[in-house]
Amino acid sequence: MNKTLATMALGALMAAGPAMADLVIPDLSYRTGPYAAGGIPFSDGYNDYFTLLNERDGGIGGVPVRVVECETGYNTEKGVECYESTKGEGALVYQPLSTGITYQLIPKVTADGIPLHTMGYGRTSAANGKVFSNVFNYPANYWNGASGAINYLLSENGGDLSGKKIALVYHNSAYGKEPIRTLEMLAEKHGYELSLLPVDHPGQEQKSQWLQIRREKPDYVVMWGWGVMNQVAVQEAANIRFPMENFIGVWWSGAEFDVEPAGEKATGYKALTFTGLGDDYPVYDELRKYVVDGGKAAGAGDQLGAVQYNRGLYAAMLAAEAIKTAQEMHGVAEITPAMMRDGMEALEITNAKMEGLGMAGFGPEFSVSCENHGGPGLVGVVQWDASTGTWNSIQDFMPTDAEVIGQLIAEDSAAYAAENNIEERCN
Amino acid sequence: MPEQLVFAMEVILNGLMAGVLYALVALGFVLIYKASGIFNYAQGVMALFAAMTLVGIMKGQVPFAHLINAIFGTHIHYFGWNVPALLAILMTMAVMVLLAWAVQRFVMRHLVGQEPIILFMATIGLAYFLEGVADLMWGSEIKTLDVGLPQGINLWIDETTYNIFDYGFFIDNLDIVATIIAALLVAALVAFSQYTKQGRAMRAVADDHQAALSVGISLNFIWVMVWSVAGFVALVAGIMWGTKSGVQFSLSLIALKALPVLMLGGFTSIPGAIVGGLIIGVGEKLFEFALGPALGGATENWFAYVLALIFLVFRPQGLFGEKIIERV
Repeated sequence: MNKTLATMALGALMAAGPAMADLVIPDLSYRTGPYAAGGIPFSDGYNDYFTLLNERDGGIGGVPVRVVECETGYNTEKGVECYESTKGEGALVYQPLSTGITYQLIPKVTADGIPLHTMGYGRTSAANGKVFSNVFNYPANYWNGASGAINYLLSENGGDLSGKKIALVYHNSAYGKEPIRTLEMLAEKHGYELSLLPVDHPGQEQKSQWLQIRREKPDYVVMWGWGVMNQVAVQEAANIRFPMENFIGVWWSGAEFDVEPAGEKATGYKALTFTGLGDDYPVYDELRKYVVDGGKAAGAGDQLGAVQYNRGLYAAMLAAEAIKTAQEMHGVAEITPAMMRDGMEALEITNAKMEGLGMAGFGPEFSVSCENHGGPGLVGVVQWDASTGTWNSIQDFMPTDAEVIGQLIAEDSAAYAAENNIEERCN
Repeated sequence: MPEQLVFAMEVILNGLMAGVLYALVALGFVLIYKASGIFNYAQGVMALFAAMTLVGIMKGQVPFAHLINAIFGTHIHYFGWNVPALLAILMTMAVMVLLAWAVQRFVMRHLVGQEPIILFMATIGLAYFLEGVADLMWGSEIKTLDVGLPQGINLWIDETTYNIFDYGFFIDNLDIVATIIAALLVAALVAFSQYTKQGRAMRAVADDHQAALSVGISLNFIWVMVWSVAGFVALVAGIMWGTKSGVQFSLSLIALKALPVLMLGGFTSIPGAIVGGLIIGVGEKLFEFALGPALGGATENWFAYVLALIFLVFRPQGLFGEKIIERV
């Protein structure tokens, strides 16, 4: 009897023995609901990159990556539930792809010591690492986007926008309202007249806004849209014959599915970007070889090179590089969320590194520091060509107005620090 | 003529057109409520399901492809053919009839005689189930829908109004088509309910389903028919809205636009849905035009409900709804 018990105990010990832990990456995705069209390709790209690392390299530093997907439906409450249900698994970093969820998670991740990466969305002033210890929004944020749009229009107008009329058509939510303050400050600086046109969720009906645009004849329309709002706006702009080349959307309003429903009439529409276009990068050959052809793709495998897929892929690459940095810094392969945070704060993305990953020129070069969690804020511009069904780059990654954005970030983060009794770090 | 007055005229015309589109969605609610006393929460999702099915058939998409591929390890997504729009619409209609039969056979038949709130809850369940089935069947990506309807500014109206007011009005060709189709639809529905045997049976069921049953009218048949007609109305609404924005999941949210129309027009009146739609369309657009800029914009969603509430206070049964008389 004793012998049997001892054998069973040994067997149990061996079964529960020192198995290598995974690197856990939660994916707060939204594959259902009104914003699924944007959520699906992003999540597919995010998943596929980690699958590639697992299949080709056996993970990162020899430790496999385990992506834990949780459906949020782009709903803030569900997003918080997903966070609470996954953080206990050793989650290294969250990427919720929602500004609403981000705002709710900022105090939680700070208290739990888990990093949050909000790439090109979320709370813009989180770029100030002195106040937001666990939040990162590199390589660009909304205010970079607003400034990038204005800089592009400046370049089109010989550096002078005085007297020009610019209308902002925006999603009437925390996300859509983010660029307003920046655009107002830039209006004071450059002398253009700004008009604000909010569109209520989900944005299926925008007749009033576009009739107003038709009456007031702004020189340019800048859009901060997401979901169906984008497709309807492009269609309505085409309907009123607004010149498409004078219509420019933020990066979340610049995917293929945003312009395709409008057909040929969408040609000329422009969008901002902080990631590369298409699938002409060696990393895609690897993805096809190790992920898609092996039937391991998160989706149907037909989105490779699409704008939002590329963004998900890029976000995963940045997370993977931060893991590598953390592993090197701490000399261990199995890192903790706190180590991951250190890795993100010391992240350096160089052209040589991107070339080594088969993603040369896919994003801008940048480095993160204790003070600066937002990166350089370089913004590119792309233009849609319906005849070929492709986005074409018309402006490389260019600097934005650091003076104005820096001031706004300092003001907003100082207010947040005062409200939450946060002592500045990095001193 | 003062410039603002000319602009207001353009806004009113566009409001009328938008109202027709709202009414198209509201019509589906009215039909089912009138015949069975059920407030069909799933009407918006039915529009989405119909539009997704139409695009799927037109593009030769394999239904449940992801499921099939996951189970059998295959990689099939398309049959490799395209179906002409008209034929695809007829095939979609057949699918909607099948759906109506399934709803009746597996859900509603078991709930006959239950409280209205139970029936309402059943349609909430149906809405979410149908949304999931549509996703599984056709995928979640945005689908471009082109059944050959014209879109964009109507140049004749633009030029004519320009010659009169020195300002060309914007009217979308798609809205004009929607108006014509809605008018034909209402005429057909009225003719159907007044002059056909099935239509009269439908009205009899609406008046008193027990009395209708006693004279040999099949409740099951009538309810399948009503859900089928509501499915057809959902298909028309799905085509109109889907052509505008592409077919995607937010299409199901157009039901939110129908609610104030129903509150205003009454749940039991087909003309009420149309007139209610027009009042809501014009009211919200005019309010946004006149006061929107001063109030920060985006007033349409909430103002439509305020307008409906005002009507509700004075006429609880809606503009054209049947007056509720309780005798003791």
